[in-house]
Amino acid sequence: MKILTFFSLFSTFLSANSINVEENAGQFFSSGHTNNWAVLVCTSRFWFNYRHVANTLSVYRSVKRLGIPDSHIVLMLADDMACNHRNPKPATVFSHKNMELNVYGDDVEVDYRGYEVTVENFLRVLTGRLPPSTPRSKRLLSDDRSNILIYLTGHGGNGFLKFQDSEEISNVELADAFEQMWQKRRYNELLFIIDTCQGASMYERFYSPNLMALASSQVGEDSLSHQPDLAIGVHLMDRYTFYLLEFLEDIHPASKANMKDLFKVCPKSQCVSTPGHRTDLFLRDPGSALITDFFGSVRKVEITMETINLTDLIKEAEQKDNVQQMLEMVTNEMNILKLWFDSNKLSLNLNKTKFMIFGNHTTNIDVKIVIDNKTIERVYESKFLGVVLDHKLCWKPHIKYLCMKMARSIGILSKTR
Amino acid sequence: MKVHISATGIHMEADTSTPETAVPSSVPQPKDDFQEELVIRPLHSGDIYASFQFRTLWETDFMRGNKVSHYRLFPKSLGQVISKFSVRELHISFTQGYWRTMQWGQPFLPSPPGAELWVWFQDSVTDVDGTWKELTNVLSGIFCASLNFIDSTNTVQPSASFKPLGIGNVTDHSFLRYATLPREIVCTENLTPWKKLLPCGSKAGLAVLLKSEKLFHSSFHSQAVHIRPVCQDWQCKTTSWELRQTLNVVFDLHTPGQGKREWSLFKMFSRTLTEACPLASSSKIYIDITDNPQGEQFEVSPATPLLSQAMVLGDRRTFSVYDLTQQITFGTVRSLNLLIRWKSRDMLRPLLHGERYVAGYGLQTGEIHTLMYNNHPYRSFPVLLLDSVPWYLRLYIHTLTVASKGKDNKPSYIHYQPSKDRVRPHLLEMLVQLPPNSVTEVTVQFERALLKWTEYTPDPNHGFYVGSSVISSLVPSIVAMDTNSTREQPLFSSFFPCKEESSYFVRVYTEPLLVNLPTPDFSMPYNVICLTCTVVAVGYGSLYNLLTRSFQIDEPSPGLAKRIANIIRKMRGVPPL
Repeated sequence: MKILTFFSLFSTFLSANSINVEENAGQFFSSGHTNNWAVLVCTSRFWFNYRHVANTLSVYRSVKRLGIPDSHIVLMLADDMACNHRNPKPATVFSHKNMELNVYGDDVEVDYRGYEVTVENFLRVLTGRLPPSTPRSKRLLSDDRSNILIYLTGHGGNGFLKFQDSEEISNVELADAFEQMWQKRRYNELLFIIDTCQGASMYERFYSPNLMALASSQVGEDSLSHQPDLAIGVHLMDRYTFYLLEFLEDIHPASKANMKDLFKVCPKSQCVSTPGHRTDLFLRDPGSALITDFFGSVRKVEITMETINLTDLIKEAEQKDNVQQMLEMVTNEMNILKLWFDSNKLSLNLNKTKFMIFGNHTTNIDVKIVIDNKTIERVYESKFLGVVLDHKLCWKPHIKYLCMKMARSIGILSKTR
Repeated sequence: MKVHISATGIHMEADTSTPETAVPSSVPQPKDDFQEELVIRPLHSGDIYASFQFRTLWETDFMRGNKVSHYRLFPKSLGQVISKFSVRELHISFTQGYWRTMQWGQPFLPSPPGAELWVWFQDSVTDVDGTWKELTNVLSGIFCASLNFIDSTNTVQPSASFKPLGIGNVTDHSFLRYATLPREIVCTENLTPWKKLLPCGSKAGLAVLLKSEKLFHSSFHSQAVHIRPVCQDWQCKTTSWELRQTLNVVFDLHTPGQGKREWSLFKMFSRTLTEACPLASSSKIYIDITDNPQGEQFEVSPATPLLSQAMVLGDRRTFSVYDLTQQITFGTVRSLNLLIRWKSRDMLRPLLHGERYVAGYGLQTGEIHTLMYNNHPYRSFPVLLLDSVPWYLRLYIHTLTVASKGKDNKPSYIHYQPSKDRVRPHLLEMLVQLPPNSVTEVTVQFERALLKWTEYTPDPNHGFYVGSSVISSLVPSIVAMDTNSTREQPLFSSFFPCKEESSYFVRVYTEPLLVNLPTPDFSMPYNVICLTCTVVAVGYGSLYNLLTRSFQIDEPSPGLAKRIANIIRKMRGVPPL
């Protein structure tokens, strides 16, 4: 008896759990992105710009630690600091003084180095227009479900960022490159972080959707460096990225911290400059975007022993964009409507019923709506409450109709003269 | 090979009972074999030279478009490169530092500073230049190096210097390409993919010693990959592909801070060894004790009974051998830390040695001097000198002089290909007979070209590099060399094939040159624009104002008293003052 009750309870628990899991399985198909990419660029050359390389490597370290693999990271360093002959500790790049943290690590892979870091190569990586023999590790192979993190650091000014002291990239070029990426469906959401003087000017000209941008200083302000190390002889990090690194060290793959916490990193008291951010082009609420959406590659993995029926979920996902499915839905609804009319002793005049599909693009599919074995006629313009509606909503037929009316009235007036 | 997955991790056990070919499948698996070794040679200057060699031999056929799909010990990325680009031989090396021949002797595997790549393509390739360009791009991705800067302006086709090191009697040098990038930096990002090509990675075997923080804090560091087809047996009935990954490093005595002359594995690599790579058929450490027959100069601990003798670089050397596949090598502590301690404070002078420098003054002309030393007391031998000079140093070949002991020395073979601006570099190959115990000096004058302003690098005042010259020669040897290449011998002595017994092959690289080209002042366009606009604005503006402005006489405003008087007068209706 006891065993029976226990068994029934257990089975109900299992069935309840499985329903829960099936519901959760729906979440797997509703999140926005499926893969993560990172493009990290240091644009400065020469030994005294050690801090820019340390900035980039600290972001690289965080991004790798949170799960993005080397194959999904494009790391561009304009000069070599680790094996530079002036480095007293070769094969190391430190971010904290007294050599506490070596951000260079033991398994770093730099994709573009030295003279290869140019404005042209950077823009080619972003837009994907690279020569055919470029190896995979140097390409940004993102798709429309990729979340990309782009980090730039170097010397800059109002509206530009210097590359290797010999060329610049302007904010207009950058905005156009992001628009190209949007048109080519190369990203789902993009987070742009820049640590340079007057960094906020670099994101002023953005106009593509789903972009969020952060900068270390406003227009007219300089971004300052953090602390020098007397043994190495140079400044090790910039302030903004130093506090960003400290913030990211507390983030782990299961962390629920969101973008609003990232905006609070490095207030004016610590940074001396005022960090800025821009979220008006971002379609989601920044509070709902997790840090790990951009900085990590968090795979939603749930281990379960039950089998989950995916066919309903797949159908639901498929129905979202298909004109045919939409028409079927309309047909179903119209049939239900007809049944209601019939049951309430009303009649629906199917000869006078027309249908129109509003839209900008021309669909060549053969569209048909059938109610009660009668095909409904498709029209491209129709008069409704005194207004002629057309399928493109450009109002040309309405204007024509009005002109015709006025022409007749004007004609009569001319006779009265 | 048995793999157990347990709670503590994944363990691999080498199953030595069953041979590798006895796999019950329809297609017989080609046999592959992996060997690793480390040679430690104390140098007379107090430094220590460590040379790692990892060799994978695979009995398969990459040639004639054979499709290979099952990879085990041979790395798949390199196998695909060989089959896609129809490569017969590939030699690539990345070096930081310059090998000081006079202080350290000859290296086992020479390499020039920077990156060097030379490739022999198979006869089936129709467009060698196009394939070469694609190959360099792919290799730049594999090794994280800027090899994509190799193009026609720094690639040459040597006619005699780089003969194939594997099998094959190839004489058509149109399938050979050679290029160097003397500016290339070597750092951890090049070591990481190199380590990933090894079967055991950096997890087991000798590769655990390869820690970048110690390896790059050294006087010389060179890592290389060599791929070539070799014979499996004496009659050469079957050929197999050999992949050798080598890493040579010279540690400086004074760098670690301790002045005591004592070396251990822990001091050099900050690691000790705990096991051999389970996939390796042989894993050995050789310590060169030739200069220490009775143990009077230094002592090695832990002591080992195994001794081996090998003919290397024209000399018979004795080595203490530590076999890592035997468990007793690791002793009771389960870890091996070799210690070499000196008790007191002698070298085979290298027979062939080269130097190169730039002479002259100013930024217009200069002279390249190459010196070749023959230190043999009574034998003379011929050397092949290969010089590849970029097009922006315009060589005047009519000023080429070769002189030994003050007298003119005419080379018996000269191959010269003149440069073409922005297309090809100069190529000069000469066969020179070096008289015994002499210095031969090759000089040639050049003129520096002015580049277009977009062709300068972002840091043009650093200078422009000229790649090392290559001196290849068969040097007469004191002891008889072993010509049987298929016999079991340590890896370090079997790299260069030996065709005759009385000489051995040596390749010496000179220093790269750093030459300043006349650099324009890049701020001048900005200065000119500012100055011109200012002059135009001031000059034209002033002229315009003078011509168009009309002048009027303006009464100064009257004082206060007069103003009050004027107001009273206005009220009275009388004209003002």
